[in-house]
Amino acid sequence: MSALATPAAIMPNRPGLTGRISDFLWKHPHVLLVILLGPPVLWLGIIYLGSLFALLLQSFFSIDDFSGLISYEFTLSTYKQLLSDANFDIIVRTITMAAVVTIFSALIAFPIAYYAARYAKGKWKAVFYLGIMLPLWSSYLVKIYAWKLILAKEGILTWAFTKLHLLWLLDGWLSLPIIGGNSLSVSYTGTFLVFVYVWMPFMILPIQAALERVPGNLIEASSDLGGTPQQTFRHVLFPLALPGIVAGSIFTFSLTLGDYIIPQIVGSSRLFIGQAVYAQQGTAGNIPLAAAFTVVPIVIMGLYLWMAKRMGAFDAL
Amino acid sequence: MTAAVLFENVSRHFGAVKAVDAVDLEIAAGEFFAMLGPSGSGKTTCLRLMAGFEQPTGGHIEIFGETAEGVPPYRRSVNTVFQDYALFPHLSILDNVAYGLMVKGVGKDERRKAAEDALAMVKLPGYGQRRPGQLSGGQRQRVALARALVNKPKVLLLDEPLGALDLKLREQMQEELKSLQKSLGITFVFVTHDQGEALSMADRIAVFNDGKIQQLGTPEDIYKRPQTRFVADFVGSSNVLSSAICARLGVPAKAASLRPEAIAIGTSWAEQLSLPGTVTARSFLGATNRVSVDCNGEKIIVASPAAMPVPEIGADVQLAFSRNDLHLMEEA
Repeated sequence: MSALATPAAIMPNRPGLTGRISDFLWKHPHVLLVILLGPPVLWLGIIYLGSLFALLLQSFFSIDDFSGLISYEFTLSTYKQLLSDANFDIIVRTITMAAVVTIFSALIAFPIAYYAARYAKGKWKAVFYLGIMLPLWSSYLVKIYAWKLILAKEGILTWAFTKLHLLWLLDGWLSLPIIGGNSLSVSYTGTFLVFVYVWMPFMILPIQAALERVPGNLIEASSDLGGTPQQTFRHVLFPLALPGIVAGSIFTFSLTLGDYIIPQIVGSSRLFIGQAVYAQQGTAGNIPLAAAFTVVPIVIMGLYLWMAKRMGAFDAL
Repeated sequence: MTAAVLFENVSRHFGAVKAVDAVDLEIAAGEFFAMLGPSGSGKTTCLRLMAGFEQPTGGHIEIFGETAEGVPPYRRSVNTVFQDYALFPHLSILDNVAYGLMVKGVGKDERRKAAEDALAMVKLPGYGQRRPGQLSGGQRQRVALARALVNKPKVLLLDEPLGALDLKLREQMQEELKSLQKSLGITFVFVTHDQGEALSMADRIAVFNDGKIQQLGTPEDIYKRPQTRFVADFVGSSNVLSSAICARLGVPAKAASLRPEAIAIGTSWAEQLSLPGTVTARSFLGATNRVSVDCNGEKIIVASPAAMPVPEIGADVQLAFSRNDLHLMEEA
């Protein structure tokens, strides 16, 4: 017979250590599972969640105003401090900003994601992914400082409004209470624009993924049964895209709740939660209050997910 | 009487691809009409033109006497049963069936009642609260049918609706569809690549190939009197005899079709035609034996009843058939 002899019905073990390991793991799949899953679970459980709980535990301690030392006794006084007027303002301001940023991100992201999922093919799909991902590859700080220049009084936006003889519109907007200011770069409007810009990819990609999974014939079926385009959107497309929108909003909402750099560089001098945490644990040395502030986004996200589930956002999954 | 669906010189070209090319078609009201052809033959595109998912690049379409081009699907009283059913995964079965009534603004109680009646009609009463994912393929097919019929369409389009079902279920659904169509009196337009399905169900069949209708007629016409080699071959794999063999039989024709089951092996009466040949292959198919016979280099398939003795491979045999079974064709 030639070198390619007919193989035996049952082949012998592969020689060497790797062969024995392969056989052993094939017979004991749970060992393989422990080997593969053990390190990441330990990392997640001890280093990641463990340190988070250690931090949260701090929020039940308090700081001695007189000595500036932390007293390690269980107390809710830090939470009382958290709900004082000044601190509560910070919470409301941050949540409002996060909600508005999330809503506008979803409104802008949906058509882009819809186009990418339904119509973009081949080369245009690549262009879409590049266009969405490219901003993520450049430094976050560079982008924010670039926006500060764009939004500044001497910036390109003011220039464009002047050239279009629409400066009155910009000035009118800036003269509005709360959302206005001396220029866009020191107003909440500016903070809002930068937040929407920076978190946009995190909204577009989950919606695009959700829309991609909606079979085209469901759209046709709705139309076939007499559904106008608006009805098809409302009763078929939107419910099926909702898990993606919720996933995207978790990103934009929680990222806005926690960010402390954007409002510091672009916006008014009033604090957001992230800045408050930064200030309390750094300059003020009030770790318990900083910890209490970090509890706020966690509780809000928990409530948000619970509500989304109750509203049936995950029914289509 | 106005036609349910009328195609006048209708074309649908995708760039250089002529999916549907200059098709003329008239489907009568109340008819069970089948569009038969291999994949890519244009039959599904024709169906999509009727539904309004595609717009013709040329020609004119009428549905019950009204111009249909430029009319969106949601303004046509035409409903479709999709090939993979296209049930809405986020809605219950009842809401799926009631969808068409819901978007037309029918009240909640009324549409639920209608949806439950429709589910009862397709023999799925009480399934309303389930989700599409919890049903089997055959049940989903029935839901898709109920969802279309609840709207009382003027024309019901069925796009290979039985393709995903197993043989037993398919045969059962064929009968049910047929009797449903008779009792409702709705025009059914049915797309299939299965010639047996088309023959057993349809009042008339259009055989498609390369974007054109090859032949349009009753199942018997199509089966017994194919006009082209394609129809003869696609519908029941007829033998197509060349002009040389026709000449030997004393029948002047460019080509002729002969059904495998019309040929007998070894027996020949005076009024019958006969051809000598050599058996090259045979296989047992249950009710029949399929025997390949070589006649002067042309392969002829014979479907011989299983009760008849089967000649050995290599045996010389006589093939006998009646002149009436030989159907002359215009083209070679």
